[in-house]
Amino acid sequence: MAIKDHPALHVVIYEGAGAQPLGAQERFSILSALLEKGYSVTRATNGQAETANGPNALTLGRFTNGHAGRTHQIDQFDVNRICEAVEQARSDTGGLKHGEWKPWFPVIDYDRCTNCMQCLSFCLFGVYGVDSQQRIQVQNNDNCKTNCPACSRVCPEAAIMFPKYKAGPINGDVVSDADLQREKMKIDISALLGGDVYAMLRDRSERAKSRFSRERDSDKALKERQKCLTKLAQAGDIPPEVLMSLPSPDEIQRRAEEAKGKAEAALQAAQTTSQT
Amino acid sequence: MSGPRILFCNCTYAQVVPREVKTAVLQKLSESEASFEAVADLCEMSARRDPALKELASAPAIKIAACYPRAVKWLFAAAGAPLPKTTAEVLNMRVQSADEVSSRLAASDVQPNLPADKAQAPAG
Repeated sequence: MAIKDHPALHVVIYEGAGAQPLGAQERFSILSALLEKGYSVTRATNGQAETANGPNALTLGRFTNGHAGRTHQIDQFDVNRICEAVEQARSDTGGLKHGEWKPWFPVIDYDRCTNCMQCLSFCLFGVYGVDSQQRIQVQNNDNCKTNCPACSRVCPEAAIMFPKYKAGPINGDVVSDADLQREKMKIDISALLGGDVYAMLRDRSERAKSRFSRERDSDKALKERQKCLTKLAQAGDIPPEVLMSLPSPDEIQRRAEEAKGKAEAALQAAQTTSQT
Repeated sequence: MSGPRILFCNCTYAQVVPREVKTAVLQKLSESEASFEAVADLCEMSARRDPALKELASAPAIKIAACYPRAVKWLFAAAGAPLPKTTAEVLNMRVQSADEVSSRLAASDVQPNLPADKAQAPAG
């Protein structure tokens, strides 16, 4: 099941009519513990937030007269027991188990995106696709390789963000002219390295393979591959584990051609649409 | 009239928001009388296209304590829940102090700061 198809349990701390308020420290302890476990929590008073009573909700509170829906009565304060009750409700409702996937995926800034399809043609993991209007979009965000910002590096407009990235503009910080120049330079470096990083990887691997067959020197072939991967990791800030997990050179070639084909088809379709 | 909705993102799955900042902001919220939404991770919700984001984006006004406004704007858009550009204020816990963020969350006015729209996200 794709991540986007999975509903999550929603927790409500209810302190409105028919319930006694919690102490500030109790409230903070519950919130901190549940947030760290991946749950979203509504603190509902008599004000604007409504108590959720849907099938995927659990309402916590010091109820004085009971409460509708799935509830957990907080009598004596014990944050561990509250977390257990929440976990039980998640299990009962078949809710998403949090923390199994680190939410690392590209977010497109459509104010900057020019629909050039470089990201689609670059990504080997099928993260990108196009909509019915041939506009680029992120379609399979859980295919993205954790901590790999490589596609944002090939974007000439700095339109691809990874909000959990360490530095701007990839993290969503404002894009400056200097950033754009830097991004362009990165593409030039990539071109100097031989067109694109995957092509470079493929060529170097092929060379290493042929040397290996000639020399029967596995150590040397391994060193060559490691040298190549280190260079790529530095050029694109690609985590070594992502590069090490890449498929065989043949599979890389197949996927690269598939991605390139998709990008070309999308560009052609977009051109046709704009002409009609 | 009720005030703007308040949304706090804990950025649980990364260490990019300073822990002391998010803890202090959450502590202040917990001490307040305000109703609010605290979410573990906006990125995860966006990836899941969580319907709660649509509900939040439909509020007449909203203040969000999270990260960069550009990232927050497009995380909501990616979930099919574009934020109201004239009534959404994003407080950036990656760069602002806990005091700054908390005082803006407590203020009754909204200072909209989303990047101006030039395009819309494709319907997904």
